[in-house]
Amino acid sequence: MYRIKEKKELADGIYECWIEAPHISRHARAGQFLVLRIDDSGERIPLTISGVDGDDVRVIYMAVGKTTHYLASLGEGDLIRDVAGPLGTPATIRDYGTCVVIGGGVGIACTPIIAKELREAGNRVIGIIGARNAGLLICEDEMRDVCDELFVCTDDGSSGYHGFPAGLLKRELEALSIDAVWIIGPAIMMKITSEVTRPYGVKTFVSLNPIMVDGTGMCGSCRVTVGGETKFACVDGPEFDAHQVDFDELMRRQRIYLDQEKEALALYQNHECRCMGDRKHA
Amino acid sequence: MRDRSPDLRIHDFQEVDPGLNGQEAIAEAMLCLQCKKPLCVDGCPVGIDIPGFIAQVAEGNFLAAYEIIRSENMLPAICGRVCPQEVQCEGACVLANKGSPVAIGALERFVADRAREETDPKPPALAEQTGKRVAVVGSGPAGVTAAAELVRRGHSVTIFESLHEAGGVLIYGIPEFRLPKEVVRAEIEGVKDLGVTVHLNHLAGRSITPEELLGHDAVFLAMGAGLPHFMGIDGENLNGVYSANEFLTRVNLMHADRFPESDTPVMQGRRVAVVGGGNVAMDAARVARRLGAEAALIYRRREEDMPARKAETEHAKEEGVRFITCANPVKIYGEQSVTGIECLRMDLQGTDESGRPVPRPVEGSNFVVDADLCIIAIGQSPNPLLARMIPGLRLGKRGTVLVDDDGRTSIPHVFAGGDISTGAATVITAMGSAKVAAVAIDRMLMEQG
Ligand SMILES: Cc1cc2nc3c(=O)[nH]c(=O)nc-3n(C[C@H](O)[C@H](O)[C@H](O)COP(=O)(O)OP(=O)(O)OC[C@H]3O[C@@H](n4cnc5c(N)ncnc54)[C@H](O)[C@@H]3O)c2cc1C
Ligand SMILES: Cc1cc2nc3c(=O)[nH]c(=O)nc-3n(C[C@H](O)[C@H](O)[C@H](O)COP(=O)(O)OP(=O)(O)OC[C@H]3O[C@@H](n4cnc5c(N)ncnc54)[C@H](O)[C@@H]3O)c2cc1C
Ligand code: FES
Repeated sequence: MYRIKEKKELADGIYECWIEAPHISRHARAGQFLVLRIDDSGERIPLTISGVDGDDVRVIYMAVGKTTHYLASLGEGDLIRDVAGPLGTPATIRDYGTCVVIGGGVGIACTPIIAKELREAGNRVIGIIGARNAGLLICEDEMRDVCDELFVCTDDGSSGYHGFPAGLLKRELEALSIDAVWIIGPAIMMKITSEVTRPYGVKTFVSLNPIMVDGTGMCGSCRVTVGGETKFACVDGPEFDAHQVDFDELMRRQRIYLDQEKEALALYQNHECRCMGDRKHA
Repeated sequence: MRDRSPDLRIHDFQEVDPGLNGQEAIAEAMLCLQCKKPLCVDGCPVGIDIPGFIAQVAEGNFLAAYEIIRSENMLPAICGRVCPQEVQCEGACVLANKGSPVAIGALERFVADRAREETDPKPPALAEQTGKRVAVVGSGPAGVTAAAELVRRGHSVTIFESLHEAGGVLIYGIPEFRLPKEVVRAEIEGVKDLGVTVHLNHLAGRSITPEELLGHDAVFLAMGAGLPHFMGIDGENLNGVYSANEFLTRVNLMHADRFPESDTPVMQGRRVAVVGGGNVAMDAARVARRLGAEAALIYRRREEDMPARKAETEHAKEEGVRFITCANPVKIYGEQSVTGIECLRMDLQGTDESGRPVPRPVEGSNFVVDADLCIIAIGQSPNPLLARMIPGLRLGKRGTVLVDDDGRTSIPHVFAGGDISTGAATVITAMGSAKVAAVAIDRMLMEQG
């Protein structure tokens, strides 16, 4: 059992949760993730390790389906059945020169830890974070602390630059000599944004999020095609060379269980309503 | 012995064979000739005193029989169910020549089940504490056996297991209808009761670094062979293509058969094609049947060449699994999800080192098997992650950890056993190699003083 030390809502439907898991916190590096299972009938879901403090690790997640909604309903002191990690190969941090670290949506959660390690390795780090609207922006202050410069954008213009991170990235590529770029966010955003760097020949990394089960290389659920070869994202990645990734295959494989996911969420929300109703009665 | 009818069993995950009752067990035990030089014991990779325990069963002393088995084998309820007895103890039984050997496996299972149901068998005596610390990686049959042997000898043993439940393939791979998980849990609890510490959710190499691991007085590597092979053909990453490991893990470990009460989903398919001819392929096909699908097996040689146990191919056939033999997939069709599998006919010529015929594709013989789910069960190799992270650990061509006759690796205080050193094999060979290594580890630790 692993205790939730702290939990809060960062933005609409996006939560931050600190979990006591010394076996993970001791060795976690930027770019790695953990797999958690809330209770005995729970699914194993992967979440990026977005911060470490002593014995505790932080995850930031968006409530999208049954497991993330359930996790969002838990609070300080509650217990999580299983938390395994740190998993995956750490981000390829070294001194590149000038780096851009881009986060889109809940993917922003993964960026501060990468930006921080890049800066410690001697890089000048430019951050770009983007969300649909100002209310969905997360980790802005944290990114400002760890980046040399930070740009914010929103799809609707409610905060910062009006547009996608790709637009800001193009502007930076035109203005400066950039040596490496990290892009983390929804698959479609990573696909589009990494096309921006291709003509410039700039090394670009993405962190892939296929459906996983064990997260240790034993099932192949997470297989992705990179440079024409099949890779297991949970051990060979999740970070890969963006320009080699078959994003269309990734997006197709993310949809395998759409029907079941809808069913599970509906059942959970229905059940939750009934439980809340009972509580009111009592 | 008395299998439940296939019509019943394809609708549930209960055991195919309900096992012997007390009277049947005694009657079966009386058939044993109590040979002076028992060949069955030579056939047993862990050397159980088979005539000894059978004599006790014949007398109705079931607990005494249990103590005899458990002094050599900590997991008898498991071995009684999944060991290939036909090529081991029962194959060596003198009565086998005359047609039917003593049902040693069924007796072993009976004795272990009886002990579990009726009593709290007393844990075997432990030696005095030595103060030596041993790390075991992996909680499959090899890791658990080594841990039990070492803790009995007074060492302090910690198992690191990456999954959320101990047992390795016994928990995530072999289905409930062949090996109930309750049986596995009970036997592993028995080992924990000896004082073995188990750290679940710990991936050795990541949650604990190779240096930390090597800081123990001795290390036993038992990571198993869990890396699934794929065929490398077109369409293999389509939705609806599973490795057998993924399909079986979703159902056995994550209970996807109970979705949505259990949160993990699995594609059930209506027509499932399983590629392969081993135990793993049979298990996948039989699970698919129980989830309500039609199932066909595609195998490149003949039925008689299949590496699966004969009992399992028979069970699969009884349950309506169709065998498509002398065929090999070359392409999987589908846009989003699988719609069919193109195969080539295979012509068998000559024999290879293992004595089996060599399949060669017949040009132009292409045909398509209709399927909406394809499960690939063509083998697994040793788990590479940790083995590659340990500096100086010598590996074989197929990724196995190289060991000597004592199970010692190229690093003096690091030993290995089970599938990680042999490649995919059996539960009992994993246990046998773990026992050998445990003895060598104990000797090394005691010599150090
Ligand atoms: C390496 C990695 C790191 C991730 N990090 C984060 C993170 O930091 N924050 C965050 O909000 N999300 C992260 N995700 C995605 C997160 O795992 C999914 O949102 C979560 O599994 C959804 O579970 P659910 O039951 O709530 O939703 P569901 O309704 O089950 O699924 C919603 C969608 O999430 C994806 N998904 C479902 N099950 C899994 C699974 N077992 N493994 C992976 N994806 C799945 C599918 O594409 C699905 O369509 C990460 C994924 C990966 C692979
Ligand atoms: C579907 C299936 C059916 C089978 N049927 C039979 C049968 O009927 N009879 C028979 O005798 N054999 C059968 N086998 C083979 C048998 O199960 C294996 O030979 C046996 O389990 C090997 O034992 P092991 O302890 O070496 O490894 P495993 O049982 O594979 O256990 C290894 C364990 O190590 C863990 N691990 C791996 N890497 C790490 C790490 N770095 N850190 C921490 N933990 C780690 C894994 O999670 C796993 O739990 C079958 C195999 C399969 C897959
Ligand atoms: S999640 Fe199972 S191999 Fe990657």
